[in-house]
Amino acid sequence: MGEAKGTWVLKKGLAEMLKGGVIMDVTTPEQAKIAEKAGACAVMALERVPADIRAAGGVARMADPEVILRIMDAVTIPVMAKVRIGHFVEAQILEALGVDYIDESEVLTPADEKHHIDKHQFRVPFVCGARNLGEALRRIGEGAAMIRTKGEAGTGNIVEAVRHMRTVQGEIRWLQSLRPEELMSAAKELGAPYELVKEVAVSGRLPVVNFAAGGVATPADAALMMHLGADGVFVGSGIFKSSDPERRAEAIVAAVTYYNDPQVLAEVSRGLGEPMRGIDLATLNPEERLAVRGW
Amino acid sequence: MRIGVLAVQGAFREHIEALRRCGCAVFEVRKKEELESVDGLVIPGGESTTIGKLISDFGLADVIRERAKHGMPVFGTCAGAVLLAKEIIGSEQPTLGLMDIRVRRNAYGRQVDSFEADLEVPVLGSDPFPGVFIRAPLIEEVGADAEVLATYKQGIVLVRQGKMLAATFHPELTSDLRLHHYFLSFFEN
Repeated sequence: MGEAKGTWVLKKGLAEMLKGGVIMDVTTPEQAKIAEKAGACAVMALERVPADIRAAGGVARMADPEVILRIMDAVTIPVMAKVRIGHFVEAQILEALGVDYIDESEVLTPADEKHHIDKHQFRVPFVCGARNLGEALRRIGEGAAMIRTKGEAGTGNIVEAVRHMRTVQGEIRWLQSLRPEELMSAAKELGAPYELVKEVAVSGRLPVVNFAAGGVATPADAALMMHLGADGVFVGSGIFKSSDPERRAEAIVAAVTYYNDPQVLAEVSRGLGEPMRGIDLATLNPEERLAVRGW
Repeated sequence: MRIGVLAVQGAFREHIEALRRCGCAVFEVRKKEELESVDGLVIPGGESTTIGKLISDFGLADVIRERAKHGMPVFGTCAGAVLLAKEIIGSEQPTLGLMDIRVRRNAYGRQVDSFEADLEVPVLGSDPFPGVFIRAPLIEEVGADAEVLATYKQGIVLVRQGKMLAATFHPELTSDLRLHHYFLSFFEN
């Protein structure tokens, strides 16, 4: 009997298994263990969380393989890692390391201002950020098996993630309202592959799992994103930049499952200590915005 | 017949859709009160550490154990199979411990080693069943009460014990409903 690996079913399928879960940014094996114990469904292995990448400035690149391997050894849940937009060699390296998912991420400094990675060439699945439906469908067209909102990473401010999720969902509803002969024009307007536009118009949802990311800092933020249609949540700086990471991590995990139950949300939100400080986006210079990276 | 699908984390939507296609009334289960109104339970794929933690923290684990001991049919796939096992090799994560099986998590390796392969499952007839194995566990050993229904490359992938069924693969990610129908046959009599 033949065995098939790296298929679309397997790439998309792993993302299906992550649904209803929280993926947490970690920088050390100790943090990874805290995240796993708190109920994270996966971790993102990084050298620095986005808030520190922002503070450090300079060029942000793929993490040192040593850091990633130590985190992979520390936990049994899936481990993701980030590559720069368009940097397919960083992606080849992560695939060789055996990471479970690659995030082609605007949080790192882009390596290519025009082209994203041809993700069909890889056996390892990819997740990519998107601000709107066209961007999401372009990434899926290139082979992304999972999508997340870009939000504005490292700010602890949910406003951009909300904007991006509402935009994607609103554009899906718009496609559903169109007549079949109008879909080609819609595809042109969105800059998205026609076949995927047709698929979304019929199904009423993205062809792959769609998580919220970029600015989640509290259980209420996570639950808000679930209400707006997220399949799950990434939390970057929000956990390990807060005063009590263990409890906040547990609370956000519970909030994603029980997002529709304000009693549970009230209970888990009690006494979590200080959330990460956060940034008002109006104080960011345009060049400090990460969400505009990629196209 | 009312089938509950444990909906705390993982691929519960796919099981709900598969069971609806089988003609069942299906309900999401997140709280212990919701367990009381269902006749059977499906535990989906997802992360077993996440699901295991949430069902202990929110009091579902005890109720599931109690109901299953009194004959409620339970079907676990992948993480669900891990949670049904009496023993998870090399791990102290919480489990329901309902089936007399020993399970090794991530037995085939990481995501790049995930695979699809046709399975021979005699109880489902002669046509092969599409096996989707994603960071899949392996059932290394079964007790006297457990019956092995399928193997792949000598490894046990499908086991029945009374009215409980554990699959290390994901029937809910395929359009083949035979395994769901097989589970539903546990409700006859």
